[in-house]
Amino acid sequence: MIHLLVSVKQVPDTTNIRIDPETGSMIRKGVPAILNPYDAHAVAAAAEWKKKLNGKLTVVTMGPPAAEEALQECIEMGADRAVLISDRKFAGSDTLATSYVLAEAIRKIDEDDHVDLVFFGKQAIDGDTAQVGPGVAIRLGLPLVTYAVEIKDINADECSATIIRKTESGKEIIKTSLPAALTAEKSIAEIPYAALPDLITSLKYKPEVWSADEPFAYDEAQIGLGGSPTMVAKSGSPEAHEPAETIIVEEQGLSGAVEAALGKMLSNTTVAAIVEEQK
Amino acid sequence: MTRRFWVFIEQNRGVMHPVASELLGVANRLVSEVADELEASGDEAVVEGILVGNDVDHVAQEAMMYGAERVYQIDDPAFEHYLNRPYTEALTFLVEKYKPEVFLIGATTLGRDLAGAVATSVKTGLTADCTKLEMGPFRKIEKKLLLATRPAFGGNVIATIVCKDHLPQMATVRPRVFETPERNPKAAGEVLKEDFKVTPEMMAANMVEFIADQKASLNLEYAEVIVSGGKGLGNPQGFELIKELADELGGVVGSSRAAVDGGWIDYEHQVGQTGKHVRPKLYVACGISGAIQHKVGMQDSDYILAINTDPNAPIFEVSTLGVVGDLYEVIPEMIKQLRAQKGASA
Repeated sequence: MIHLLVSVKQVPDTTNIRIDPETGSMIRKGVPAILNPYDAHAVAAAAEWKKKLNGKLTVVTMGPPAAEEALQECIEMGADRAVLISDRKFAGSDTLATSYVLAEAIRKIDEDDHVDLVFFGKQAIDGDTAQVGPGVAIRLGLPLVTYAVEIKDINADECSATIIRKTESGKEIIKTSLPAALTAEKSIAEIPYAALPDLITSLKYKPEVWSADEPFAYDEAQIGLGGSPTMVAKSGSPEAHEPAETIIVEEQGLSGAVEAALGKMLSNTTVAAIVEEQK
Repeated sequence: MTRRFWVFIEQNRGVMHPVASELLGVANRLVSEVADELEASGDEAVVEGILVGNDVDHVAQEAMMYGAERVYQIDDPAFEHYLNRPYTEALTFLVEKYKPEVFLIGATTLGRDLAGAVATSVKTGLTADCTKLEMGPFRKIEKKLLLATRPAFGGNVIATIVCKDHLPQMATVRPRVFETPERNPKAAGEVLKEDFKVTPEMMAANMVEFIADQKASLNLEYAEVIVSGGKGLGNPQGFELIKELADELGGVVGSSRAAVDGGWIDYEHQVGQTGKHVRPKLYVACGISGAIQHKVGMQDSDYILAINTDPNAPIFEVSTLGVVGDLYEVIPEMIKQLRAQKGASA
């Protein structure tokens, strides 16, 4: 039976973020936590293929206890099993440490129940680093297909998958042996409405919670702050800028305002050259 | 001792990506920032290019014209197309052999795919999408470190990241964040061809077909004029008006994330922290309020005109000039006046 696994992350909804003007740090209170949007699409794609191939779908996340909600959402979308890796010892993990934590968890899941394809969202919207997927893939020695926009085929018998990825210059059709890993663009699958049986399952479902010691022990030198080569030297709000000079249509009338604006723009030699070139 | 400042020379079918030249410029500046340390210690520092591909000798020459003193080149037919695994193995091999101090990679689709894998493989820290890079002191550490500054949380926070105990200190930078240095056609340097064997195991994932994207000709990052639309357009048809002004100015169409998220326009047009970083000569922001995530992607533009109904829109904070008014009135009037000027001079 084909076994698909999606690694997800719960993130603060960055479109709703507020910053403390005094300290420059993020006010987490009141900021809704959501399932990272790219991950949601990855789960949707995995759920589609699970159904198509009559396989199994496991989701895994590292995060605080509240990240359980994100896993619940994955169960709603059709995941069969969810693992929450949660321990204070993981706090402060950067992408290198995070990739270690996830890779070891996936290795453990794989030992008991062979995993064929590991999905990630292309990046998380809080850090936008896009580093964890490639990091986990390299730790597990898996061939990696990033920026996947479509899964053409997963062939369990042949142990292969055909995946389309998008680059700046076009689309690449990649054929990979399985097991493999991919990172997903949103277009990989639409988020489905939860099916009633899945909804009911999710209400009763409690994710398994793994710690830094159970069901296996992590190497503490590789997790948390201590296991993270990068550290934040300083952080703050972006520089404030002085507001620009503005021309107000209501005050000067439409043609007058536009004439004034163009006059100012054309007094700039760079802009004047651009306009001149179009003549 | 030799302190090595490395730049990954990204190339596609034998054409060097401009971000490689931008990073060579940065690497040379970083070397100049440790001049005092070099003088005190007697160490030397070099900017070196890392080139992987098939039949790419000419790309090595190009890299030297933009400031690489030396290029390490791995040339093999297996590297004709980019694939994560063999490229990661090749770079890991070079990093372990030469132990660079700093390693910069362009934050392109290819570079982001590669950098995360290489950093994990050599077990070091990586800071993605940096908007500022400098060599500077950190706490009581003797040697200057790479201070890598980047926006996080959608641009709401600007953080400076260091990697103090691991080498190389790795960072990715998006195209156009830094300026292109002068090209010196007379520059010469040394090319070292490295012997690296690709094994079948590394080719487990392979490209079977490439379908070129016609829209890829958009090239938003390197456009000289960009006219962008945002949520203030009110509907996707608004982009027709944006296109008309862009055509009038010889530019291309950009957009805010809100317009892309709303499905009004393709992601290829998105400017901002999660879209393209741009620095055109002229940027016109229409109906874009100016979320930080957008501003960080366009504030390096030479001249910014913002058109918005809200006089308090944050976009005006990074603009050269603002017009407070309805874009559906202002843009047609602007097109009309531009055309009238053309007619007058014709």
